[in-house]
Amino acid sequence: MIEVSGLHFTYPTGVEALRGVSTKIGKGEFVAIMGENGAGKTTLAKHFNGLLKPSRGKVFVNGIDTRKASVAELSRKVGLVFQNPDHQFFCETVKEEIAFGLRNFGFPREAIKERVKWALALLGLTKYEKSSPFVLSGGEKKRLALASVLAWDPEVLIIDEPTIGQDYAQKEKLRHFIAQLIAKEKAVIIITHDIEFVADCSPRVIVMSRGRIVMDGPAWTVLTNHKQILKAALIPPQVTQVFIKLSDLGMPTGIIGVNEARDLLVERLLGASG
Amino acid sequence: MKFFQGFRFKRALTPIHRLDSRVKLLISCAFFVAFLYVELLPLIVILLAQVPLVVIARVHREWLQTLRGGAFFATMIFVINVLTGSQVTYSLAMVIRFLILISAFSVFFLTTRPDDLEVALEKMGVPYEYCFMFTTAVRYVPVLAIEALTIIDAQRSRGLEMEKGNFIKRVKNFIPVLIPLLVNSIRRSIEMAEAMEARSWGATKYRTSLYVPRLRPMDYISLIITVAAISFAVYVHFFWTIPTTVIPIPGL
Repeated sequence: MIEVSGLHFTYPTGVEALRGVSTKIGKGEFVAIMGENGAGKTTLAKHFNGLLKPSRGKVFVNGIDTRKASVAELSRKVGLVFQNPDHQFFCETVKEEIAFGLRNFGFPREAIKERVKWALALLGLTKYEKSSPFVLSGGEKKRLALASVLAWDPEVLIIDEPTIGQDYAQKEKLRHFIAQLIAKEKAVIIITHDIEFVADCSPRVIVMSRGRIVMDGPAWTVLTNHKQILKAALIPPQVTQVFIKLSDLGMPTGIIGVNEARDLLVERLLGASG
Repeated sequence: MKFFQGFRFKRALTPIHRLDSRVKLLISCAFFVAFLYVELLPLIVILLAQVPLVVIARVHREWLQTLRGGAFFATMIFVINVLTGSQVTYSLAMVIRFLILISAFSVFFLTTRPDDLEVALEKMGVPYEYCFMFTTAVRYVPVLAIEALTIIDAQRSRGLEMEKGNFIKRVKNFIPVLIPLLVNSIRRSIEMAEAMEARSWGATKYRTSLYVPRLRPMDYISLIITVAAISFAVYVHFFWTIPTTVIPIPGL
């Protein structure tokens, strides 16, 4: 799906944002890219749909070299949802906003109608279809931004900071929603600082630091390696911290999920009393 | 983005940088004499008169960038003039007028600290609110430039192809960029006003400044030269005959 090899990128200002990144992201994979501010997460994501072209190294999307394809061609396959929804709304209605991308990609009129309807329903925005995007709340705007990309059904979906400004219920919905996409063989990449959300989702985690990938693996191995992730300015999830402290009681340390933790504790307590 | 670099203060210690900002503002405005002329020769002389300023201030690279950035608008001015039936010489004159204006202000902003400008305007009797408004606007130009780039990226990710289509389509392509930029600017200004009020902006009526600008000999000399130059330009305009076609244009 996406293949990156030896990717270096230097901004025109001279800032070296990526220094030798190599990785592969396959179909149906769920990846969280984490790391401190300025680690190069967003810069890397912008290479996936061709907004940025490598200074050195290669990026392939479905076997196509991103240097040889336009942003529009690549975006059709790799949908990128920007962090701040205010950077993209300009239409009079929510409906129009979703239709914008579809029109750019040349969908026929009937298909646009159907897909707009579908995307609105999927993200619970149907009742706002005729409202102005500017009157929506912060969380609704985030969902609209997501809907406006999801509408053309890209094979890879990249969401930059999806959980900012979302309450717990919305985060849960987002989690289920991502799970549905994965079930449909789509690849989903989230860029986030929200370690508790990542612990709940338990995806593959790529940790970046100073333009390099420093860790890459399933969430339960990466997030519990607290010595390593502290170096990338991350703190293990709370559950993990508790279990690291409980290790002297013989509890396992590689725990990230709340449910898993509860089961282990209940079992232990029942065992002790029985 | 690069175009804006030509309007941003560049720290340096040159005689031009050290000039009082009021004097510098007058020098920049002096180039408005370009509006007296439609003949090429005096306009070229006025444009070239900026070169010594630029060289002394050591901002030639940024200045050239401004001119290059203005080339697009300059071409548009030229084409529109010619299409509406103006003579080629006249159209060229309009282009040079435009370049004189943007480059004069480029030199001004390149060599004047926004804070100095604020104090200077205040000393000239402009109400503090307006000074603040002006300097804030200047300060936000780079912020807007960066934001515009982000918005362009966001819309390109939604399939917008800025460089595609005929002239009208291309102008239309700017709408998805300009509207978010405008809306965000308005929102930011409201937020800023609230933040300022939360910090008691305007609570005291009389403000004092840490640095009080005072005119020095060099400022007076520059002032005299500028006034002389303006008078000379006005004099030439009324009392000299200027050859109208300097460059023989084939076919005319």
